Amino acid sequence: MTEKELRAAIIEEIGNIAPEADFNRLGDEEDLRDALDLDSMDIFNLVAALCDRLSIEIPEADAGKLVTLGGGTAYLKAKLERPA
Amino acid sequence: MATFTMPSLGADMEAGVLVEWLKQPGDKVSRGDIIAVVETDKGAIEVEIFDEGRITQLLVEPGSKVPVGTPLALIGEGGREALTIPSVPPPMPVATEPVAVEFRPPLEASAASQMVRAARRMVSPAARRLAQKYSMDLAAVVGSGPGEAVLTCDVERAREETTPQLARDLSAMRRAIAAAMARSKREIPHFYLVHSVDVSRATSWLKTFNSAQPPRRRLLFGILVAKAVALALRDFPELNGHWDADQYAPSKAIHLGMAIAIRGGGLVAPAIHDTDQLALPDLMNRLSDLVARVRRGSFRSSEVSDPTATLSSLGERGVESLLPVIYPPQVAIIGAGAPQVRPWAIAGRVEARTILTLTLAGDHRASDGHRGALFLRRVAALLEHPEAL
Repeated sequence: MTEKELRAAIIEEIGNIAPEADFNRLGDEEDLRDALDLDSMDIFNLVAALCDRLSIEIPEADAGKLVTLGGGTAYLKAKLERPA
Repeated sequence: MATFTMPSLGADMEAGVLVEWLKQPGDKVSRGDIIAVVETDKGAIEVEIFDEGRITQLLVEPGSKVPVGTPLALIGEGGREALTIPSVPPPMPVATEPVAVEFRPPLEASAASQMVRAARRMVSPAARRLAQKYSMDLAAVVGSGPGEAVLTCDVERAREETTPQLARDLSAMRRAIAAAMARSKREIPHFYLVHSVDVSRATSWLKTFNSAQPPRRRLLFGILVAKAVALALRDFPELNGHWDADQYAPSKAIHLGMAIAIRGGGLVAPAIHDTDQLALPDLMNRLSDLVARVRRGSFRSSEVSDPTATLSSLGERGVESLLPVIYPPQVAIIGAGAPQVRPWAIAGRVEARTILTLTLAGDHRASDGHRGALFLRRVAALLEHPEAL
């Protein structure tokens, strides 16, 4: 999967959680929780949805890497290239 | 024979609009089945039935606003003989407007199915009104009801798809919150208690627990708090119940209301039934399901009508404490701030520990500060042993 596809996948899954989210105004390094008002339940659901979608395992300790769009994309790319 | 009536879905509800029947005459129903959708100031609520049997008659047509307690449907015994189906097919409803369907009470079983088979575009009256309100073209809306009838949920969905804004009527929700909170501050003599608790053991236990679990089996910290609060309420009946008509009625069951914020504003606090009896993973599933349904705007009548106490949890992004307002007719609300890492004295040394600030707003008619303090200490003690929750 390319970086672009991964980014689109994250955006789509966030869209399922926060349908009104405006991604045009979202910076790559902005904290999703602040920018889109996502709470811990939302991040929990986002991590679970990405695990299901990409058939990967995201350890609890890495969930914090998914709180920015840029960080999340980079993390997932690395994860898919070198599965633990 | 039982009668299904317009339920009271909150202390301030006087009437509700029957939006949709989800069961038809002849359908078998059992306790807990969702049989209708009712619109209130809180939004559309799925109404459950608490009788067993078969629906013999629907007495109120969709779109009608009726007072609480109005009979909506008759429920007969479970057997076939209870249902009388006319042997002659009833006349087809006459309608000249191509999209109109007239619902006429009382609907007989076969009449309802005839209408379902009608080849015209069917739109429920409530859906039509909603489409008018939103100035939407019904031709573009795909129906999901019987015979592809367009229901209110289809209109809402179509609107969500075309406009990214909130579909929910926030002004109505604001009014419901205003009514409940104003009544609370007018009638309930609140007392407030605050207790800071070292929850470092609970957070590290949770980290270890979660590291061994796949994503969907992990727990949020708030689940530990909810379970501890529910367990503690068992021994404090003066905090768990309803104050109605100048009298306090404690509840044996513990149905903890969970204050859930709605994106874009507003909140609701539906209950998770028998919270104290649920294992942590079950409680997590129930909360996750509840949050998802609240965001979609589809919660059930029993969830909004009978919380026995409420927990308002700010989550990890919140501030350190809150002083919440009791939801009448309840008599207590527990607040949990966002856990904060703070310098904390332990055995004469200062350490960085994770501190949770718990608060209690109690109704002074039903309880007092002394018992309230014991209650918060009990919650704290339970959080010290997360493995036992």
